[in-house]
Amino acid sequence: MSAPGHEPTPTTSVLRETASVLRETASEPTPKQLVVLSGKGGTGKTSVVAALATLAPAEVLADCDVDAADLHLVLEPELIHREAFMSGKEARIIPDRCSACGDCADHCRFDAIRLTVDGHGRTVYAIEPIACEGCGLCVRVCTSGAVEMSDAERGEWFISDTRHGPLVHARLNIGGENSGRLVTLVRERAASLAQETGAALVLVDGPPGIGCPVIASVTGADLVLAVTEPTVSGAHDLERAAELVQGFGLTLAVCINKADLNPDMAGRIREVCAARGLPVVGELSYDTAVVKAQVEGKSIVEHGGSPVADQIRDMWKILQDRLEKTEE
Amino acid sequence: MKIAIASGKGGTGKTTLSVNLATALAYEQSVGLLDCDVEEPNCHLYLKPRFDSTEPVSTLVPVVDQDACTGCSLCARACEFHALLALPGPPLLLPELCHACGVCAYVCPEEAMSESEREIGMVGSGMVGGVYFRWGRLNIGEARSTPVIQSVKDLRTAPPLDTVIIDAPPGVACPAVEALRDADFAVLVTEPTPFGLHDLVLAVQTARQMSIPCGVVINRVGIGDERVDDYCAAENVPVLLRIPDDRRIAEACSRGEIFAAGDASFTSTLRALASDLRTRTHERVTT
Repeated sequence: MSAPGHEPTPTTSVLRETASVLRETASEPTPKQLVVLSGKGGTGKTSVVAALATLAPAEVLADCDVDAADLHLVLEPELIHREAFMSGKEARIIPDRCSACGDCADHCRFDAIRLTVDGHGRTVYAIEPIACEGCGLCVRVCTSGAVEMSDAERGEWFISDTRHGPLVHARLNIGGENSGRLVTLVRERAASLAQETGAALVLVDGPPGIGCPVIASVTGADLVLAVTEPTVSGAHDLERAAELVQGFGLTLAVCINKADLNPDMAGRIREVCAARGLPVVGELSYDTAVVKAQVEGKSIVEHGGSPVADQIRDMWKILQDRLEKTEE
Repeated sequence: MKIAIASGKGGTGKTTLSVNLATALAYEQSVGLLDCDVEEPNCHLYLKPRFDSTEPVSTLVPVVDQDACTGCSLCARACEFHALLALPGPPLLLPELCHACGVCAYVCPEEAMSESEREIGMVGSGMVGGVYFRWGRLNIGEARSTPVIQSVKDLRTAPPLDTVIIDAPPGVACPAVEALRDADFAVLVTEPTPFGLHDLVLAVQTARQMSIPCGVVINRVGIGDERVDDYCAAENVPVLLRIPDDRRIAEACSRGEIFAAGDASFTSTLRALASDLRTRTHERVTT
């Protein structure tokens, strides 16, 4: 028996299990991780990521907005690998064995079991797959052996080639649980791909919000860039995203998109940033050319002819400097 | 009728449509607005409610009776979410991973598991501008928003409502599905761009999989291309309303103003949308 002091504490076991991304990227000289997010959706994250992808010399791209991935629409990826995302379990009631006693429905905490009429006109209970979280309580409760559990396929993930480097992306099934795990998987694959190919950067397009996929997207990032817009919603959501990212001890920089839409509100966002010690590394003009570029399947830098292209070039220089500094 | 305002893509105008529609219907009928985007709630920035009190939203987590526990680890092995770590002696709980399913307490042969509440967010409700408004907010750092969404949708303390408008979070994952559940109709807000179209297709699939009839509102018409219209025609999804790209609306929004409050023609457009929705949901009930 080893000395008690050398046993791993519960806390270290937990850390080992949950922070595998951190561990992997903290070993050898590793590619830098730049994660772009926003809090509020639709502020221009993906358009900014596509433009940065055009500018960065050697990078691997990771689209972590797994429920509504859009980056591939600009990058015209050529699929080289696809794999099912298996995670957790899901329950199914076999109608022939169901005695319709209702015990399972009474116990289910997710309101996922409802009375239905089967193909033969019998009244039985059935699982609503979209609400089922796969806890398995119904299996334990059922005295007729009518409930079966199976491994759940929650989506797919892909590796593709694009004109700006490899892209790891994914598609979460509708109502998919465990979007955080799929995000972690996408980031792990992107990090190891970068290591294999000697890429200096993993550029991550993050999801909106502050919940589990966002937490999984920012864990272990070298630098997080929040794209916001000068609206009351943009400012409010930026503050919550900043609180989350800074709460994890990560470095956050801010880009104000469409800064000229409401100059007063842009000023208020600058004040909020100053108060929180957040550098504003870019201010982009409102320009219809950004949507035109998207319609043509190009980034705004490739499309050209817009002040936004030059503003993103300037921002990229600042981001590069900051990423280099994270080494020390 | 219960109308969910949803979209695959963020920032298409869900909240703008929700607050404007609620305001257009206020004082005309009894209308409720539920802000179910609890990760990044925004409706309150427009409605500016002054509620006296808010209530905490809690989820259940297991509590182990250290004396009764024999360290058999049945609970940790039964937990599908790895929220209980088997150790020599009582298990260790990782609360953020717990789904409050109750399996651990069910399997414990010693009845050593009870449950206690853990606060993960808040919910507030009350009348503002003629609208019954209810909203929730997930605490920062919490991963699971569905319990807060369920609490926002709990109308046991609400007055009788003719129309309930649900402002859903973006995406197709569990939070969006929780917001859409049991809606009579899903209004899918999109913009005429490739990103808008791609995410609209996902939203239509989501509504169809949930057997909720849906229609589309195309916002900022004129900024992109015609492919959203082509898709709706091909898929037989009704286009309920086209809102032209109008800098006045964008600026009112950016300041947190409700455009319909000062614009009679937009108000009547939204009232027409509501009666169209009533006809569509009524047809569904009677056929």
